[in-house]
Amino acid sequence: MTAVIEVTGLTKRYGGQAVVDGISFHVEKDEIFGILGPNGAGKTTAIECLEGLRKRDQGEVRILGLDPKTDGHRLRQRIGVQLQETQLQDKLKVREALELYASFYPDPADWRELLERWGLAGQAGTSFGKLSGGQKQRLFIALALVGHPELVFLDELTAGLDPGARRATWDLISQVRASGVTVVLVSHFMDEVEELCDRVAILERGRIAALDTPAGLVDSAGGEYRMRFRPMAPLDEQSLASLPGVVSVTSRGAQVDVTGTGDFASAVTAELARRQVLVADLRIEGRSLDSAYVALTGRSMDT
Amino acid sequence: MNGFSRLAVVEARLFLREKAALIGVFGLPVALVLGFGLIPGFSDPQKGLSDQLGTEYIAAVGVAIVLATLGLTGVPMVIGQYRERGVLRRLGVTPVRPLTLLLADLMVWAAAAVLSVAMVIAVVRIAFHVPAPAEPGWFILAVVLGIASLFAVGLIAASVAPTARSAAGIGWLLFFPNMFLAGVYFPSEEMSATMRQIGNFTPLGSALHAVRDSWMGIAPRPEYLGIMAAWALVAGTLSAGFFRWDKA
Repeated sequence: MTAVIEVTGLTKRYGGQAVVDGISFHVEKDEIFGILGPNGAGKTTAIECLEGLRKRDQGEVRILGLDPKTDGHRLRQRIGVQLQETQLQDKLKVREALELYASFYPDPADWRELLERWGLAGQAGTSFGKLSGGQKQRLFIALALVGHPELVFLDELTAGLDPGARRATWDLISQVRASGVTVVLVSHFMDEVEELCDRVAILERGRIAALDTPAGLVDSAGGEYRMRFRPMAPLDEQSLASLPGVVSVTSRGAQVDVTGTGDFASAVTAELARRQVLVADLRIEGRSLDSAYVALTGRSMDT
Repeated sequence: MNGFSRLAVVEARLFLREKAALIGVFGLPVALVLGFGLIPGFSDPQKGLSDQLGTEYIAAVGVAIVLATLGLTGVPMVIGQYRERGVLRRLGVTPVRPLTLLLADLMVWAAAAVLSVAMVIAVVRIAFHVPAPAEPGWFILAVVLGIASLFAVGLIAASVAPTARSAAGIGWLLFFPNMFLAGVYFPSEEMSATMRQIGNFTPLGSALHAVRDSWMGIAPRPEYLGIMAAWALVAGTLSAGFFRWDKA
Protein backbone atom coordinates (compact mmCIF):
# COMPACT_ATOMS: atom_id res chain seq x y z
CA MET A 1 0.00 0.00 0.00
CA THR A 2 1.15 3.53 -0.74
CA ALA A 3 0.43 6.55 1.38
CA VAL A 4 -1.57 9.16 -0.52
CA ILE A 5 -1.36 11.58 2.38
CA GLU A 6 1.45 11.83 4.89
CA VAL A 7 1.15 14.44 7.61
CA THR A 8 3.70 14.89 10.38
CA GLY A 9 3.38 17.48 13.12
CA LEU A 10 1.08 19.79 11.14
CA THR A 11 0.57 23.03 13.04
CA LYS A 12 -1.40 26.14 12.10
CA ARG A 13 -1.63 29.15 14.39
CA TYR A 14 -3.86 32.17 14.33
CA GLY A 15 -2.74 35.04 16.51
CA GLY A 16 -0.44 32.81 18.54
CA GLN A 17 -3.23 30.30 19.14
CA ALA A 18 -2.63 26.85 17.63
CA VAL A 19 -5.84 25.92 15.80
CA VAL A 20 -4.18 22.77 14.50
CA ASP A 21 -1.62 21.58 17.01
CA GLY A 22 0.95 19.10 15.75
CA ILE A 23 -1.24 16.46 14.17
CA SER A 24 0.20 13.44 12.35
CA PHE A 25 -1.58 10.84 10.26
CA HIS A 26 -1.38 9.12 6.93
CA VAL A 27 -4.01 8.00 4.44
CA GLU A 28 -3.54 4.96 2.21
CA LYS A 29 -4.60 4.66 -1.39
CA ASP A 30 -8.29 3.78 -1.92
CA GLU A 31 -9.11 4.51 1.69
CA ILE A 32 -12.04 6.56 2.93
CA PHE A 33 -10.48 8.48 5.77
CA GLY A 34 -12.68 10.42 8.15
CA ILE A 35 -11.87 13.49 10.19
CA LEU A 36 -14.43 13.83 12.92
CA GLY A 37 -14.82 16.47 15.56
CA PRO A 38 -17.00 19.26 16.91
CA ASN A 39 -17.18 22.68 15.29
CA GLY A 40 -14.02 24.62 15.94
CA ALA A 41 -11.88 21.52 16.44
CA GLY A 42 -9.65 22.56 13.53
CA LYS A 43 -10.90 20.01 10.99
CA THR A 44 -11.44 22.45 8.16
CA THR A 45 -8.25 24.39 8.87
CA ALA A 46 -6.29 21.14 8.86
CA ILE A 47 -7.53 19.98 5.47
CA GLU A 48 -7.23 23.47 4.01
CA CYS A 49 -3.52 23.20 4.82
CA LEU A 50 -3.47 19.92 2.88
CA GLU A 51 -5.34 21.40 -0.09
CA GLY A 52 -2.96 24.34 -0.24
CA LEU A 53 -5.62 26.94 0.61
CA ARG A 54 -3.75 27.80 3.81
CA LYS A 55 -0.06 27.80 4.55
CA ARG A 56 0.94 25.64 7.50
CA ASP A 57 3.21 27.11 10.14
CA GLN A 58 4.98 23.88 11.01
CA GLY A 59 5.17 20.23 10.12
CA GLU A 60 5.56 18.16 7.00
CA VAL A 61 2.80 17.45 4.51
CA ARG A 62 3.01 15.24 1.41
CA ILE A 63 -0.07 14.79 -0.74
CA LEU A 64 0.38 12.37 -3.64
CA GLY A 65 4.08 12.89 -3.03
CA LEU A 66 3.80 16.68 -3.41
CA ASP A 67 4.14 19.47 -0.87
CA PRO A 68 1.04 21.71 -1.15
CA LYS A 69 3.12 24.68 -0.04
CA THR A 70 5.63 24.54 -2.87
CA ASP A 71 4.00 22.34 -5.49
CA GLY A 72 0.44 23.59 -5.23
CA HIS A 73 -0.22 23.93 -8.93
CA ARG A 74 0.73 20.35 -9.79
CA LEU A 75 -1.16 19.09 -6.76
CA ARG A 76 -4.38 20.91 -7.64
CA GLN A 77 -4.48 19.16 -11.01
CA ARG A 78 -4.76 15.84 -9.20
CA ILE A 79 -7.13 16.53 -6.33
CA GLY A 80 -10.80 17.41 -6.10
CA VAL A 81 -12.23 19.53 -3.32
CA GLN A 82 -15.69 20.23 -2.00
CA LEU A 83 -15.52 23.21 0.32
CA GLN A 84 -17.88 24.10 3.08
CA GLU A 85 -20.11 27.17 2.63
CA THR A 86 -19.26 28.08 -0.93
CA GLN A 87 -21.69 29.40 -3.49
CA LEU A 88 -21.36 29.81 -7.21
CA GLN A 89 -22.61 32.77 -9.23
CA ASP A 90 -26.42 32.78 -9.01
CA LYS A 91 -26.95 33.02 -12.75
CA LEU A 92 -24.41 30.36 -13.65
CA LYS A 93 -26.14 27.30 -15.10
CA VAL A 94 -25.34 23.80 -13.88
CA ARG A 95 -24.06 22.74 -17.30
CA GLU A 96 -21.89 25.85 -17.58
CA ALA A 97 -20.40 25.30 -14.13
CA LEU A 98 -19.39 21.72 -14.91
CA GLU A 99 -18.10 22.60 -18.37
CA LEU A 100 -16.12 25.51 -16.90
CA TYR A 101 -14.53 23.51 -14.10
CA ALA A 102 -13.81 20.62 -16.47
CA SER A 103 -11.82 23.04 -18.65
CA PHE A 104 -9.44 23.71 -15.73
CA TYR A 105 -8.03 20.17 -15.67
CA PRO A 106 -5.67 18.37 -18.03
CA ASP A 107 -7.71 15.16 -18.09
CA PRO A 108 -11.28 15.95 -17.04
CA ALA A 109 -14.07 13.45 -16.46
CA ASP A 110 -17.12 13.43 -18.71
CA TRP A 111 -19.33 16.04 -17.04
CA ARG A 112 -22.48 14.72 -18.74
CA GLU A 113 -21.95 11.41 -17.02
CA LEU A 114 -21.42 13.20 -13.69
CA LEU A 115 -24.70 15.05 -14.22
CA GLU A 116 -26.48 11.73 -14.65
CA ARG A 117 -24.77 10.01 -11.77
CA TRP A 118 -25.46 12.82 -9.33
CA GLY A 119 -29.08 13.15 -10.38
CA LEU A 120 -28.71 16.58 -11.96
CA ALA A 121 -29.48 15.70 -15.57
CA GLY A 122 -32.83 17.45 -15.30
CA GLN A 123 -31.16 20.59 -13.94
CA ALA A 124 -28.47 21.02 -16.62
CA GLY A 125 -30.01 24.30 -17.75
CA THR A 126 -31.00 25.54 -14.29
CA SER A 127 -29.22 28.52 -12.75
CA PHE A 128 -27.28 27.86 -9.55
CA GLY A 129 -29.46 30.31 -7.63
CA LYS A 130 -32.59 28.32 -8.46
CA LEU A 131 -31.26 24.95 -7.22
CA SER A 132 -32.45 23.41 -3.96
CA GLY A 133 -29.95 22.95 -1.14
CA GLY A 134 -29.56 19.27 -1.95
CA GLN A 135 -29.04 19.95 -5.65
CA LYS A 136 -26.37 22.54 -4.85
CA GLN A 137 -24.61 20.08 -2.60
CA ARG A 138 -24.66 17.38 -5.30
CA LEU A 139 -23.35 19.88 -7.83
CA PHE A 140 -20.42 20.68 -5.53
CA ILE A 141 -19.61 16.99 -5.21
CA ALA A 142 -19.79 16.63 -9.00
CA LEU A 143 -17.49 19.66 -9.36
CA ALA A 144 -15.03 18.04 -6.95
CA LEU A 145 -14.94 14.98 -9.22
CA VAL A 146 -14.95 16.69 -12.62
CA GLY A 147 -11.15 16.92 -12.80
CA HIS A 148 -10.77 13.14 -12.57
CA PRO A 149 -8.98 13.42 -9.23
CA GLU A 150 -6.90 10.73 -7.53
CA LEU A 151 -7.88 12.15 -4.16
CA VAL A 152 -10.96 14.08 -3.08
CA PHE A 153 -11.54 16.16 0.03
CA LEU A 154 -15.17 16.41 1.00
CA ASP A 155 -15.97 18.88 3.77
CA GLU A 156 -19.38 18.25 5.33
CA LEU A 157 -20.50 16.08 2.46
CA THR A 158 -24.14 15.73 3.35
CA ALA A 159 -24.83 19.14 4.90
CA GLY A 160 -28.29 20.22 3.83
CA LEU A 161 -29.34 16.84 2.43
CA ASP A 162 -32.48 15.00 3.53
CA PRO A 163 -32.10 11.46 4.96
CA GLY A 164 -32.88 9.71 1.66
CA ALA A 165 -30.42 11.85 -0.24
CA ARG A 166 -27.76 11.30 2.44
CA ARG A 167 -27.97 7.53 2.03
CA ALA A 168 -27.88 7.85 -1.76
CA THR A 169 -24.82 10.10 -1.43
CA TRP A 170 -23.08 7.56 0.79
CA ASP A 171 -23.66 4.87 -1.84
CA LEU A 172 -22.22 7.12 -4.52
CA ILE A 173 -19.15 7.91 -2.41
CA SER A 174 -18.58 4.17 -1.95
CA GLN A 175 -18.69 3.87 -5.76
CA VAL A 176 -16.24 6.74 -6.10
CA ARG A 177 -13.80 4.89 -3.86
CA ALA A 178 -14.41 1.66 -5.76
CA SER A 179 -13.34 3.49 -8.92
CA GLY A 180 -9.93 4.08 -7.35
CA VAL A 181 -10.28 7.49 -5.74
CA THR A 182 -9.02 8.05 -2.23
CA VAL A 183 -11.49 10.03 -0.12
CA VAL A 184 -10.93 12.32 2.86
CA LEU A 185 -14.19 13.08 4.57
CA VAL A 186 -14.60 15.86 7.11
CA SER A 187 -17.75 15.45 9.11
CA HIS A 188 -19.45 15.98 12.38
CA PHE A 189 -22.02 13.26 11.68
CA MET A 190 -21.24 10.02 13.51
CA ASP A 191 -23.50 7.87 11.37
CA GLU A 192 -21.87 9.11 8.19
CA VAL A 193 -18.37 8.40 9.41
CA GLU A 194 -19.37 5.02 10.83
CA GLU A 195 -21.04 4.04 7.56
CA LEU A 196 -18.38 5.22 5.14
CA CYS A 197 -14.95 5.47 6.69
CA ASP A 198 -12.26 2.83 6.88
CA ARG A 199 -10.40 4.84 9.49
CA VAL A 200 -11.29 7.91 11.50
CA ALA A 201 -9.25 10.58 13.24
CA ILE A 202 -11.11 12.31 16.04
CA LEU A 203 -9.92 15.87 16.23
CA GLU A 204 -10.34 17.87 19.38
CA ARG A 205 -8.95 21.33 20.06
CA GLY A 206 -6.53 20.93 17.18
CA ARG A 207 -5.15 17.58 18.29
CA ILE A 208 -5.92 14.00 17.34
CA ALA A 209 -7.74 12.49 20.32
CA ALA A 210 -8.04 9.04 18.71
CA LEU A 211 -7.39 7.39 15.36
CA ASP A 212 -8.67 3.97 14.43
CA THR A 213 -11.31 2.12 12.45
CA PRO A 214 -14.85 3.03 13.56
CA ALA A 215 -15.17 -0.43 15.14
CA GLY A 216 -11.77 -0.04 16.76
CA LEU A 217 -12.78 3.28 18.28
CA VAL A 218 -15.94 1.74 19.67
CA ASP A 219 -13.95 -1.18 21.09
CA SER A 220 -11.25 0.95 22.63
CA ALA A 221 -13.91 3.08 24.27
CA GLY A 222 -14.91 -0.16 26.01
CA GLY A 223 -18.33 -0.65 27.47
CA GLU A 224 -21.06 -3.16 27.01
CA TYR A 225 -23.18 -4.51 24.24
CA ARG A 226 -26.74 -5.57 24.78
CA MET A 227 -28.24 -8.76 23.39
CA ARG A 228 -32.00 -9.29 23.38
CA PHE A 229 -33.99 -12.35 22.46
CA ARG A 230 -37.12 -14.35 23.24
CA PRO A 231 -36.34 -18.02 24.11
CA MET A 232 -38.78 -20.53 22.56
CA ALA A 233 -38.21 -22.95 25.46
CA PRO A 234 -37.65 -22.45 29.21
CA LEU A 235 -34.16 -21.20 29.90
CA ASP A 236 -31.98 -21.25 33.01
CA GLU A 237 -30.72 -17.70 33.10
CA GLN A 238 -27.93 -18.53 35.53
CA SER A 239 -26.30 -20.74 32.92
CA LEU A 240 -25.78 -17.62 30.78
CA ALA A 241 -24.60 -15.39 33.62
CA SER A 242 -21.48 -17.49 34.18
CA LEU A 243 -20.36 -17.30 30.52
CA PRO A 244 -17.18 -15.34 29.74
CA GLY A 245 -17.81 -11.66 29.04
CA VAL A 246 -21.38 -11.62 30.27
CA VAL A 247 -22.06 -8.86 32.76
CA SER A 248 -25.75 -9.20 33.52
CA VAL A 249 -28.76 -11.27 32.59
CA THR A 250 -32.27 -9.98 33.19
CA SER A 251 -35.61 -11.13 31.95
CA ARG A 252 -38.64 -9.03 31.30
CA GLY A 253 -41.68 -11.14 30.57
CA ALA A 254 -40.76 -13.44 27.69
CA GLN A 255 -37.75 -11.34 26.76
CA VAL A 256 -34.21 -11.89 28.01
CA ASP A 257 -31.62 -9.10 28.08
CA VAL A 258 -27.95 -10.01 28.28
CA THR A 259 -25.26 -7.35 28.52
CA GLY A 260 -21.59 -8.03 28.13
CA THR A 261 -18.26 -7.09 26.65
CA GLY A 262 -15.96 -8.46 23.96
CA ASP A 263 -17.12 -11.65 22.27
CA PHE A 264 -19.83 -12.52 24.80
CA ALA A 265 -22.51 -12.78 22.10
CA SER A 266 -20.81 -15.78 20.48
CA ALA A 267 -20.56 -17.47 23.87
CA VAL A 268 -24.25 -16.87 24.52
CA THR A 269 -25.40 -18.19 21.12
CA ALA A 270 -23.11 -21.25 21.50
CA GLU A 271 -24.59 -21.97 24.92
CA LEU A 272 -28.14 -21.62 23.58
CA ALA A 273 -27.32 -23.99 20.74
CA ARG A 274 -25.78 -26.52 23.15
CA ARG A 275 -28.96 -26.45 25.20
CA GLN A 276 -31.01 -26.64 22.00
CA VAL A 277 -32.98 -23.52 22.88
CA LEU A 278 -34.28 -21.74 19.82
CA VAL A 279 -34.70 -18.00 20.12
CA ALA A 280 -36.87 -15.43 18.35
CA ASP A 281 -36.43 -11.68 17.81
CA LEU A 282 -32.68 -11.80 18.38
CA ARG A 283 -31.13 -8.36 18.42
CA ILE A 284 -27.67 -7.17 19.30
CA GLU A 285 -27.27 -3.51 20.04
CA GLY A 286 -23.71 -2.37 19.86
CA ARG A 287 -22.35 0.77 21.31
CA SER A 288 -22.39 3.33 18.60
CA LEU A 289 -19.55 5.58 17.56
CA ASP A 290 -21.65 8.26 19.19
CA SER A 291 -21.19 6.90 22.67
CA ALA A 292 -17.61 5.92 21.92
CA TYR A 293 -16.95 9.51 20.96
CA VAL A 294 -18.25 10.74 24.29
CA ALA A 295 -16.17 8.12 26.12
CA LEU A 296 -13.00 9.00 24.20
CA THR A 297 -13.23 12.77 24.35
CA GLY A 298 -15.20 13.20 27.53
CA ARG A 299 -17.82 15.35 25.87
CA SER A 300 -20.54 15.13 23.33
CA MET A 301 -20.22 16.51 19.84
CA ASP A 302 -22.45 19.50 20.33
CA THR A 303 -20.67 21.12 23.23
CA MET B 1 -10.41 26.45 -24.72
CA ASN B 2 -8.18 26.99 -21.72
CA GLY B 3 -9.29 28.10 -18.26
CA PHE B 4 -8.86 31.81 -18.92
CA SER B 5 -10.83 32.05 -22.15
CA ARG B 6 -13.53 29.74 -20.78
CA LEU B 7 -13.78 31.93 -17.67
CA ALA B 8 -13.93 35.08 -19.81
CA VAL B 9 -16.76 33.63 -21.92
CA VAL B 10 -18.71 32.55 -18.84
CA GLU B 11 -18.19 35.88 -17.07
CA ALA B 12 -19.28 37.75 -20.20
CA ARG B 13 -22.46 35.66 -20.32
CA LEU B 14 -23.11 36.29 -16.63
CA PHE B 15 -22.59 40.01 -17.20
CA LEU B 16 -25.15 39.96 -20.01
CA ARG B 17 -27.63 38.20 -17.71
CA GLU B 18 -27.58 41.08 -15.18
CA LYS B 19 -30.31 43.35 -16.51
CA ALA B 20 -29.71 46.12 -13.96
CA ALA B 21 -26.00 46.24 -14.79
CA LEU B 22 -26.76 46.39 -18.51
CA ILE B 23 -29.09 49.34 -18.01
CA GLY B 24 -26.49 51.10 -15.88
CA VAL B 25 -23.59 50.51 -18.24
CA PHE B 26 -25.29 50.88 -21.64
CA GLY B 27 -28.69 52.47 -21.07
CA LEU B 28 -27.96 55.37 -18.72
CA PRO B 29 -25.14 57.04 -20.67
CA VAL B 30 -27.17 56.89 -23.88
CA ALA B 31 -30.30 58.20 -22.14
CA LEU B 32 -28.30 61.03 -20.57
CA VAL B 33 -26.74 62.03 -23.88
CA LEU B 34 -30.11 61.91 -25.66
CA GLY B 35 -31.88 63.82 -22.88
CA PHE B 36 -29.42 66.72 -22.81
CA GLY B 37 -28.95 66.71 -26.56
CA LEU B 38 -32.62 67.50 -27.08
CA ILE B 39 -32.34 70.79 -25.16
CA PRO B 40 -32.81 73.50 -27.82
CA GLY B 41 -29.58 75.16 -28.85
CA PHE B 42 -27.43 72.62 -27.00
CA SER B 43 -25.91 71.42 -30.27
CA ASP B 44 -24.15 74.77 -30.71
CA PRO B 45 -20.77 75.74 -29.25
CA GLN B 46 -21.29 76.76 -25.62
CA LYS B 47 -19.48 79.76 -24.18
CA GLY B 48 -19.46 78.26 -20.70
CA LEU B 49 -17.89 75.09 -22.02
CA SER B 50 -14.79 76.57 -23.65
CA ASP B 51 -16.74 76.75 -26.91
CA GLN B 52 -17.29 72.99 -27.03
CA LEU B 53 -20.57 71.80 -28.55
CA GLY B 54 -23.04 71.10 -25.75
CA THR B 55 -23.78 67.70 -27.22
CA GLU B 56 -20.10 66.88 -27.54
CA TYR B 57 -19.53 67.92 -23.94
CA ILE B 58 -22.39 65.78 -22.70
CA ALA B 59 -21.10 62.85 -24.73
CA ALA B 60 -17.75 63.20 -22.94
CA VAL B 61 -19.63 63.28 -19.63
CA GLY B 62 -21.39 60.07 -20.75
CA VAL B 63 -17.98 58.48 -21.30
CA ALA B 64 -16.87 59.56 -17.82
CA ILE B 65 -20.03 58.09 -16.30
CA VAL B 66 -19.38 54.76 -18.03
CA LEU B 67 -15.85 54.63 -16.61
CA ALA B 68 -16.94 55.63 -13.11
CA THR B 69 -19.92 53.28 -12.99
CA LEU B 70 -17.94 50.24 -14.10
CA GLY B 71 -14.73 51.01 -12.26
CA LEU B 72 -15.93 52.45 -8.97
CA THR B 73 -19.12 50.46 -8.42
CA GLY B 74 -19.11 47.45 -10.77
CA VAL B 75 -15.60 46.20 -10.01
CA PRO B 76 -15.90 46.31 -6.19
CA MET B 77 -19.44 44.92 -6.14
CA VAL B 78 -18.78 41.86 -8.27
CA ILE B 79 -15.44 41.02 -6.67
CA GLY B 80 -16.84 41.61 -3.18
CA GLN B 81 -19.68 39.27 -4.03
CA TYR B 82 -17.33 36.61 -5.39
CA ARG B 83 -15.27 36.80 -2.22
CA GLU B 84 -18.34 36.68 0.01
CA ARG B 85 -19.81 33.68 -1.82
CA GLY B 86 -16.51 31.80 -1.82
CA VAL B 87 -16.24 31.77 -5.63
CA LEU B 88 -12.64 32.96 -5.33
CA ARG B 89 -11.89 30.39 -2.62
CA ARG B 90 -13.35 27.60 -4.71
CA LEU B 91 -11.14 28.54 -7.65
CA GLY B 92 -8.19 28.52 -5.26
CA VAL B 93 -8.39 24.72 -5.06
CA THR B 94 -8.41 24.25 -8.84
CA PRO B 95 -5.38 24.46 -11.14
CA VAL B 96 -6.78 27.84 -12.25
CA ARG B 97 -5.95 30.52 -9.71
CA PRO B 98 -8.55 33.07 -8.55
CA LEU B 99 -6.32 35.69 -10.19
CA THR B 100 -7.38 34.24 -13.54
CA LEU B 101 -11.01 35.01 -12.73
CA LEU B 102 -10.07 38.52 -11.68
CA LEU B 103 -8.23 39.13 -14.95
CA ALA B 104 -11.05 37.60 -17.00
CA ASP B 105 -13.56 39.87 -15.24
CA LEU B 106 -11.44 42.99 -15.73
CA MET B 107 -11.18 42.12 -19.41
CA VAL B 108 -14.94 41.64 -19.75
CA TRP B 109 -15.68 44.93 -17.99
CA ALA B 110 -13.06 46.80 -20.00
CA ALA B 111 -14.68 45.44 -23.15
CA ALA B 112 -18.09 46.57 -21.85
CA ALA B 113 -16.67 50.06 -21.19
CA VAL B 114 -15.24 50.28 -24.71
CA LEU B 115 -18.52 49.10 -26.20
CA SER B 116 -20.54 51.60 -24.18
CA VAL B 117 -18.19 54.45 -25.16
CA ALA B 118 -18.58 53.42 -28.82
CA MET B 119 -22.35 53.49 -28.38
CA VAL B 120 -22.21 57.03 -26.98
CA ILE B 121 -20.09 58.17 -29.93
CA ALA B 122 -22.51 56.53 -32.38
CA VAL B 123 -25.63 57.91 -30.69
CA VAL B 124 -24.48 61.54 -30.61
CA ARG B 125 -23.30 61.24 -34.18
CA ILE B 126 -26.57 59.82 -35.46
CA ALA B 127 -28.91 61.92 -33.31
CA PHE B 128 -27.07 65.26 -33.19
CA HIS B 129 -24.44 65.05 -35.95
CA VAL B 130 -21.63 65.37 -33.41
CA PRO B 131 -18.40 64.49 -35.21
CA ALA B 132 -16.42 61.52 -33.93
CA PRO B 133 -13.45 62.47 -31.70
CA ALA B 134 -11.18 64.64 -33.78
CA GLU B 135 -8.01 63.18 -32.25
CA PRO B 136 -8.87 59.46 -32.22
CA GLY B 137 -5.41 58.40 -31.04
CA TRP B 138 -5.47 60.70 -28.02
CA PHE B 139 -9.10 59.83 -27.42
CA ILE B 140 -8.35 56.10 -27.31
CA LEU B 141 -5.37 56.70 -25.02
CA ALA B 142 -7.55 58.84 -22.74
CA VAL B 143 -10.22 56.13 -22.55
CA VAL B 144 -7.68 53.35 -21.99
CA LEU B 145 -5.94 55.27 -19.21
CA GLY B 146 -9.34 56.21 -17.78
CA ILE B 147 -10.34 52.56 -17.64
CA ALA B 148 -6.99 51.58 -16.10
CA SER B 149 -7.06 54.28 -13.42
CA LEU B 150 -10.73 53.94 -12.40
CA PHE B 151 -10.63 50.13 -12.42
CA ALA B 152 -7.49 50.29 -10.28
CA VAL B 153 -9.21 52.57 -7.76
CA GLY B 154 -12.22 50.26 -7.76
CA LEU B 155 -9.87 47.34 -7.14
CA ILE B 156 -8.67 48.92 -3.90
CA ALA B 157 -12.23 48.83 -2.60
CA ALA B 158 -12.62 45.34 -4.06
CA SER B 159 -9.42 44.05 -2.54
CA VAL B 160 -10.48 44.32 1.08
CA ALA B 161 -14.28 44.50 1.26
CA PRO B 162 -15.47 41.22 2.83
CA THR B 163 -18.98 41.33 1.35
CA ALA B 164 -20.77 42.59 -1.73
CA ARG B 165 -22.65 45.05 0.45
CA SER B 166 -19.55 46.60 2.00
CA ALA B 167 -17.88 46.69 -1.41
CA ALA B 168 -20.88 48.53 -2.85
CA GLY B 169 -20.79 50.97 0.07
CA ILE B 170 -17.14 51.82 -0.50
CA GLY B 171 -17.82 51.99 -4.23
CA TRP B 172 -20.58 54.58 -3.87
CA LEU B 173 -18.44 56.56 -1.42
CA LEU B 174 -15.84 56.82 -4.16
CA PHE B 175 -18.36 57.34 -6.93
CA PHE B 176 -20.17 60.51 -5.87
CA PRO B 177 -17.20 62.69 -4.79
CA ASN B 178 -15.34 61.62 -7.91
CA MET B 179 -18.26 62.54 -10.13
CA PHE B 180 -18.62 65.86 -8.34
CA LEU B 181 -14.94 66.83 -8.44
CA ALA B 182 -14.49 65.63 -12.00
CA GLY B 183 -17.08 68.06 -13.28
CA VAL B 184 -19.78 65.60 -14.20
CA TYR B 185 -22.53 67.38 -12.25
CA PHE B 186 -21.47 70.83 -13.42
CA PRO B 187 -18.61 71.65 -15.77
CA SER B 188 -15.16 72.44 -14.41
CA GLU B 189 -15.43 75.83 -16.16
CA GLU B 190 -17.86 76.84 -13.40
CA MET B 191 -15.67 75.63 -10.54
CA SER B 192 -13.43 77.76 -8.39
CA ALA B 193 -9.74 77.53 -9.22
CA THR B 194 -9.01 75.44 -6.11
CA MET B 195 -11.79 72.98 -6.81
CA ARG B 196 -10.72 72.68 -10.40
CA GLN B 197 -7.17 71.94 -9.24
CA ILE B 198 -8.42 69.21 -6.89
CA GLY B 199 -10.64 67.82 -9.63
CA ASN B 200 -7.71 67.63 -12.03
CA PHE B 201 -5.91 65.32 -9.63
CA THR B 202 -8.76 62.81 -9.50
CA PRO B 203 -8.65 60.02 -12.07
CA LEU B 204 -12.13 60.83 -13.33
CA GLY B 205 -11.36 64.56 -13.57
CA SER B 206 -8.27 63.92 -15.70
CA ALA B 207 -10.19 61.42 -17.79
CA LEU B 208 -12.99 63.89 -18.51
CA HIS B 209 -10.55 66.64 -19.47
CA ALA B 210 -8.56 64.33 -21.73
CA VAL B 211 -11.71 62.97 -23.39
CA ARG B 212 -13.15 66.47 -23.95
CA ASP B 213 -9.87 67.80 -25.36
CA SER B 214 -9.26 64.93 -27.73
CA TRP B 215 -12.86 65.11 -28.91
CA MET B 216 -12.36 68.77 -29.82
CA GLY B 217 -9.13 67.95 -31.62
CA ILE B 218 -6.74 69.20 -28.94
CA ALA B 219 -3.94 67.02 -27.67
CA PRO B 220 -4.73 66.47 -23.96
CA ARG B 221 -2.33 68.11 -21.54
CA PRO B 222 0.32 65.53 -20.53
CA GLU B 223 -0.46 66.00 -16.84
CA TYR B 224 -3.96 64.57 -17.35
CA LEU B 225 -2.51 61.43 -18.90
CA GLY B 226 0.23 61.33 -16.28
CA ILE B 227 -2.25 61.65 -13.41
CA MET B 228 -4.35 58.77 -14.77
CA ALA B 229 -1.26 56.61 -15.31
CA ALA B 230 -0.09 57.39 -11.77
CA TRP B 231 -3.47 56.42 -10.29
CA ALA B 232 -3.47 53.19 -12.28
CA LEU B 233 0.02 52.34 -11.10
CA VAL B 234 -0.32 53.33 -7.45
CA ALA B 235 -3.85 52.03 -6.91
CA GLY B 236 -3.09 48.87 -8.87
CA THR B 237 0.00 48.15 -6.77
CA LEU B 238 -1.79 48.92 -3.50
CA SER B 239 -4.74 46.68 -4.33
CA ALA B 240 -2.40 43.85 -5.33
CA GLY B 241 -0.80 44.16 -1.90
CA PHE B 242 -4.11 44.34 -0.02
CA PHE B 243 -5.98 41.77 -2.03
CA ARG B 244 -7.62 38.96 -0.05
CA TRP B 245 -9.04 35.94 -1.81
CA ASP B 246 -10.89 34.91 1.29
CA LYS B 247 -13.21 36.63 3.75
CA ALA B 248 -11.10 35.79 6.80
